[in-house]
Amino acid sequence: MKSFWLRFGRNKGAVAGLAVLMLVTLVALVGPWLAPNDPWGMVQQPFLRPWTEPGFAMGTDTLGRDILSGVIYGARVSLLIGAVSTVAALLIGVTIGALAGYFGGWVDSGLMRFTEIFQAVPSFALAIVLVAIFQPSVDSIVAAIAIVSWPPVARLVRGEFLTLRQRDFVQAALLAGESTPRIILTQILPNAMSPIIVMASLMVATAILLESSLSFLGLGDPNQMSWGYMVGSARTVLRQAWWMALFPGLAIVLTVLALNLVGEGLNDGLNTRLNGRTR
Amino acid sequence: MSGAAAAAATQPVLAITSLRIALPQGADRALAVDGATLAVRPGQTLCIVGESGSGKSMIANAVMGLLPRPHVEPTAGAIVFEGRDLLTLTEPQLRELRGRRIGMVFQEPMTALNPVMRIGEQIGEVFDAHLDLPATEKRKRIVAALADVGLPEPELLIDSYPFRLSGGQRQRVMIACALALEPALLICDEPTTALDVTTQAQILALIRELQRRRGTAVLFITHDFGVVSEIADQVVVMQTGRVVEAGPARQVLEAPQHAYTRKLIAAIPDGSAHRDAPGDDDPTRVLQVQDLCKTYRSGNGLFKRGRVVQAAKDISFELKRGETLGLVGESGSGKSSVGRCLVGLAPFDSGRILFKGRHQAQGAAFRQQAAGKIQMVFQDPYASLNPRHRVGAAIAGGPIAQGVPRADATARALELLQLVGLGADAASRYPHEFSGGQRQRIAIARALAMQPELLVADEPVSALDVSVQAQVLDLFAQVREQFRLAMVFITHDLRVAAQMCDRIAVMQRGVVVEYGQTAQVLADPQHAYTRQLIAAVPRLASAVARDGAPIAAQATA
Repeated sequence: MKSFWLRFGRNKGAVAGLAVLMLVTLVALVGPWLAPNDPWGMVQQPFLRPWTEPGFAMGTDTLGRDILSGVIYGARVSLLIGAVSTVAALLIGVTIGALAGYFGGWVDSGLMRFTEIFQAVPSFALAIVLVAIFQPSVDSIVAAIAIVSWPPVARLVRGEFLTLRQRDFVQAALLAGESTPRIILTQILPNAMSPIIVMASLMVATAILLESSLSFLGLGDPNQMSWGYMVGSARTVLRQAWWMALFPGLAIVLTVLALNLVGEGLNDGLNTRLNGRTR
Repeated sequence: MSGAAAAAATQPVLAITSLRIALPQGADRALAVDGATLAVRPGQTLCIVGESGSGKSMIANAVMGLLPRPHVEPTAGAIVFEGRDLLTLTEPQLRELRGRRIGMVFQEPMTALNPVMRIGEQIGEVFDAHLDLPATEKRKRIVAALADVGLPEPELLIDSYPFRLSGGQRQRVMIACALALEPALLICDEPTTALDVTTQAQILALIRELQRRRGTAVLFITHDFGVVSEIADQVVVMQTGRVVEAGPARQVLEAPQHAYTRKLIAAIPDGSAHRDAPGDDDPTRVLQVQDLCKTYRSGNGLFKRGRVVQAAKDISFELKRGETLGLVGESGSGKSSVGRCLVGLAPFDSGRILFKGRHQAQGAAFRQQAAGKIQMVFQDPYASLNPRHRVGAAIAGGPIAQGVPRADATARALELLQLVGLGADAASRYPHEFSGGQRQRIAIARALAMQPELLVADEPVSALDVSVQAQVLDLFAQVREQFRLAMVFITHDLRVAAQMCDRIAVMQRGVVVEYGQTAQVLADPQHAYTRQLIAAVPRLASAVARDGAPIAAQATA
């Protein structure tokens, strides 16, 4: 564990990313107490430029709503959707990948063809269709993102399992009479964790982008202020009010960048020779 | 022979004086090499012998300028090659020497060749780097180089990819690469460690023959005194970075001065039968194998027939309690496949396996019937322990899965760790904190935790240093007596089999070609293949009685 932080810390970008990520998480947690206004409330004149009125550092939008408050509330939705949909996608992907990789043969072929059905459909188009069918809400968005993003996880986990199950320690566990679920969960899965964790951190970033894209197209949860919705609503007035798109856009860029940096740092920290055959 | 080398026949080609190589902080010792001095003369072979970690490969890498600088840095001494100190040369100057004046052969032939380059191109690179040859001339010289190392049909081989070649053939290609420009010095870093005994004998013969023809000086690195006795003129013995003994090969082998050298030489299994057959009239057969057949099909597709490899054909034998059977053969002879069938990790095609008189089913049912009483010790101690599990948990895991209460299993794990000589505090540590030999002890403890009646050991010592090998073999012998285990001992090393086994089955291409009491098989081999295997074993005696007859290059490597 100590050596993990040493290696993680050597990647300066990852440390910066982690700092940004912690800040965003903090904002998401204490947002309602932090935000000066209700993000939906019309509290000032519309099209107020940033820094012109005290308390409105990022200006207001077409209806006079406070953009700073919107960005603060948006962090909550973005992170929530990013995290929950990633967990859901991992559950599906790890299960399918583990079963396919462990059992091989026709189980593997069947599950991988099933995975390919999802990979063959453009993921964003599929997400739009799913959200449109199930009515835009946080639940349906999470479900849609999870459904379109598990196939790469399944492929990764399958690959790891295919090699790991050939290892002698798995054979030894078989000889000792350990049950199949036990071998999958305690012998193989812990050894496949590092690439899964790295991939998960990148998936959170992708999920945030997907949610923003959906909201941009007007398929966001109408009751939740999100960054994507704010950028989307600024689209028509982009030339008059640049700030409406800029600040939520910046929030997306920073969070996604931070997640990617952290993912890279996790890769450095976890993908050591410790994982496998070290001397 | 190059003119310079001939003129300086008495001068050493390579002279290393009080070389010191520093390791980075936090390594297990400060100096990888501490004050090594040695000299290699033209036409002679100097062997550096030592266990892994003794710093012998560091010297070779220092000569080639391949040390991972600045982490590992030579801090003192000189490496004088043909009058120039290699440590003071710049990278371009070194590059000029590598390949042209110094050639190197590495340990692992399977990874030393680029899999996507044709054989000819790889050797051609050596010419491209140092000479400017027309294409036809280059091709001619590549063919000559391949023919020189005894490869069959060099004209065809030049355009094939490495995957078509066996390990021994690849090592020949590596030697052809290293010798393409007739260097004055050839460095061999454990070139035969990854090879079979018979292939090893061929490669050693090839190196000797090429050396005699060209007068190349050879710096040969090995951990095996058997190999030393086959090839060395001079010997340098290293222990933890220091040269503890040096001298002519005969002197060192016949009258070793240093205790460490004596220990290394004593650790070599001498190939004579040690065991008396157990005077035990227990009539129960732990294991009966009848007409076992196993074939592998590869590349079977919808539209093509796959390749069929017969891994085992009509194998039959019996094993009583306390008895040990040795399965001996080269890689690819099917001995490991038989081992995997015996423990139920691989299905077999036909035949019967009876464990304690009961017919064993196939696959998962086999393992369920055996209930953990058939255990296996694997070859690679680095792959056989789960890196994420603590040692204690790894040993106790099996019994717990069989329904032994956790507390009992843990207590038993501690006992077993003590039994295999590791101490109870090892239980809370992770596998990566242990050396190869220690891990193999843990693997043995894990197998014993199941209270097995049959233990199948698949090359359990071939990945270990010679002296560690001896200790682990002793441990096997000890636990065999203590638990009256029936054992199947799979090995390619006849010396090891001789030491461990009551009976030996020699396998070739899936067939048992010879089967009998160990002493009888070794003293009076009936089959030509057995005689070939016995002849290939490196022996200390051969250094003394080495005759100079040139060995016909064998194309079967």
